[in-house]
Amino acid sequence: MTDLQGRRAGQPVIAIDTVTKRFGGSVTAVDRVSLEIAPGEFFALLGPSGCGKTTLLRMIAGFESPTDGRILIDGQDMSHVSPNKRPINMVFQSYAVFPHMTVAKNVAYGLKVTGVPQSEIAGRVEEALELVHLGGYGARKPDQLSGGQRQRVALARALVKRPKVLLLDEPLSALDAKLREAMQLELVRLQESVGITFIIVTHDQSEALSMANRIAVMERGSVRQLASPADLYENPANRFVADFIGKVNLFEARVASRDNGSLVLHVQGLGEVRLPQGMGAAEAGRADLALAVRPEKLRLERERPSPERLGFEGQVQQVAYYGETSSVFLTDQAGHSIAVSIQNEGRSTQPMVTVGERVWCSWAPEDTLLLAD
Amino acid sequence: MFRRGNREPIGPLEYARRLHLRLLFFVTLVFLYAPIVVLVIFSFNDSRRGGNVIWRGFTTDYYVKAFNNESLMEAFANSLTIAFVCTLVSVVLGALTAVMLWRFRFPFKAGFEGAVALPIVIPEICMGVAMMVFFARSGISVPPDWGYPWNLGNITIAHIAFSFPFVAMVVRARLANFNRELEESAKDLGATEWQVFRDILIPHMRPGLVAGGLLAFTLSLDDFVITFFTSGPDTVTFPVKVYSMVRFSVTPEVNAASTVLILITLVLTALAIWLQNREKKETRQ
Repeated sequence: MTDLQGRRAGQPVIAIDTVTKRFGGSVTAVDRVSLEIAPGEFFALLGPSGCGKTTLLRMIAGFESPTDGRILIDGQDMSHVSPNKRPINMVFQSYAVFPHMTVAKNVAYGLKVTGVPQSEIAGRVEEALELVHLGGYGARKPDQLSGGQRQRVALARALVKRPKVLLLDEPLSALDAKLREAMQLELVRLQESVGITFIIVTHDQSEALSMANRIAVMERGSVRQLASPADLYENPANRFVADFIGKVNLFEARVASRDNGSLVLHVQGLGEVRLPQGMGAAEAGRADLALAVRPEKLRLERERPSPERLGFEGQVQQVAYYGETSSVFLTDQAGHSIAVSIQNEGRSTQPMVTVGERVWCSWAPEDTLLLAD
Repeated sequence: MFRRGNREPIGPLEYARRLHLRLLFFVTLVFLYAPIVVLVIFSFNDSRRGGNVIWRGFTTDYYVKAFNNESLMEAFANSLTIAFVCTLVSVVLGALTAVMLWRFRFPFKAGFEGAVALPIVIPEICMGVAMMVFFARSGISVPPDWGYPWNLGNITIAHIAFSFPFVAMVVRARLANFNRELEESAKDLGATEWQVFRDILIPHMRPGLVAGGLLAFTLSLDDFVITFFTSGPDTVTFPVKVYSMVRFSVTPEVNAASTVLILITLVLTALAIWLQNREKKETRQ
C-alpha cells in the first residue's frame, strides 16, 4: 500500500473516502475529506471551532450522514448502517452518563441492550470499571461523582463493548487544568493497554501533540496537513498549520535570486537571506512566500552572531516572565514584533535583557521554515 | 446569642421583616384557607336540622351518614373511576403528544400545537355545550342503558379531552431540558429507538408524567361544568351530586363528604411532591 502519510501497511480500520457534508444546501461543514486510520492508532482531529472536526466524528459514529462520499469501517461501507449497529463507541463531550442509573448499570447498559447474557455482564462491567480505576464505585449514582469520575464512567461504558474504534469528542474540555494533564497521560496508557484505535477531536493543540500518533489539522472543512506531532511542529505545510500549532514568527518574503542551488530571499525587515542548499526548491515558484522561525529556535546575543547564523538586530519591547521560560518581544527595522522564547536555566532573578536595549537575534539556517500558501 | 431582629436595619431582600408584607401574606392566607377551614370544622357540627351555620357541638355522625348514603357513595365511586381512567389515558396521550411536538418537524406544526392547547383556554361552559351537542348529534355516544362502568364513557371521553393538553404542556416543558447526547449515547451503545424511549426518555419524563397525571386526576375529580352537560340521570359524579344536595339544604353530610375529598387530594399531592423531590435528587448532576 501507499505510504505517503507515514501510515502502516494493511487494511485501515477506518477509511474516509472523499466525504463532503453540507448543511441546508449552503453551509459546507466538511469538504472532500479523505483519511485512512490504521488499527491501533491514536488519531487526532485538530482544528479551531467550526472547522468540521466534530461533524466528521459524528459522521463516523453515524449521527450525521455524508452528503457525498463514503465511510468504511473495517472495509464495510457504513452508508446505510445506523449508529447502534456500528462497531464503534463514542465518549461524548458532556459524558452523557445516564443520571437515573447507577455507575454499574450505566456501564452494563450497552451490553444489556445488545443481548449479552446476564452471567457475562457482571464480570465485564467489573473489569471495565477496574480499567478506569473506578472499582468499587458500581453502586454510586452519577450525582455522587466528580466530573473526572463521570468521564471515566463514560470511558468504561464505551470500552466494555470492546469496540473496534473509540471516538472521543473534546473529552478533556470540561476538566480543570491539573486533571486534564493527568487524563492526557491516562488516556494514552489506556489506549496502549486495550489496543483499540482512538480518534479524538480537540481544539487544543497541546492535547493533540501529547497524545496522538497522527494528527489531521482541519480548517474550514478541509484537512490542511496530516502528519505525526513532531512533523507537524517542525515541518508545517502551510501558514495556517504553522500558526495554529505552537507559536511562530512570520516574515513576508520573495525570491531575490538563485545562487548555485540555494535560494536567496528578500525578507521584509531582515533584508537578503540565503537559505541552505536545497531548501525551498518546491516553494520557489510561489508568489506568497513566508519565512518562519519558532520562538524557541531564536537566540539573543549582545554581539553580532557568527556569519553562518541568520539574524538581525532589534530593540527589546517587552519581557514576559512565565517561570520556566520567558518571552522577549523585539521589534526589527521594519517595526514587526518578533517573539523569542528563553529557558530560565539559572536561578537569576534579574531579567537577562532590559526593555529598550538593542540586541542581536539569530537562528541556525536549518531552523528556517519556508511556507507557501 | 439572642438578638432582637428589629434592632438591625432591614436588608433589601428581607421581605419577611416588613410589616405591610406580613400583613398582606396573612390576609391572603385568610382568604385562601378560611372557607376550607370552616368547611372542615362544620363537618363535625352536631346540628339536627338544616341550616348548618350555628355550632351545636362535636360529632362524627355525619361521616357515618355520608358513608351510608348510597347515592352519594355511588357518585363518589363514579368520580374516582372517571378520574382514574382519565388520568391513565391523558398521561399516555399527553406524553406522546409532547414527544411528537418536541421531536419532529411536520407541516402545520404551529397550528397543531395551538389546537392542542385550545381546550386549556376555551371557556368550560363552551366545552360542555360542545361536548353535549357532539355526543347527541354524532352518534359517537355510549347508550344510556349500558351498566357501570361503560355508562361513564361519555364523561370520561369529555374529561380526557380537556385533561390531556395539560399533561402535554407539563411533559413538553420537562423535555425542553433533555440532553440530546443522552439519547445519542444510548444509540451509540447499541440501543434501538424503542429501547432509547423506554430506558432513557421515559425516566427523564417521569417527573413531568407524575405532575401531569396528578393535574389530570384533580381536574377530572372536581370538574362540574363539563360533567354537568355530559352526565345522565344514572351517571352522577361527586361534584354534580353535591350540587343537587346543596339545593335542598347544606347539611354537615355535604361538609363531611367534601372533607374526605380534600383529604384524598392532599394525600395525592403530597405523594406527587415527594416523588418529584426524589427524582430531582436523582437527576441532579
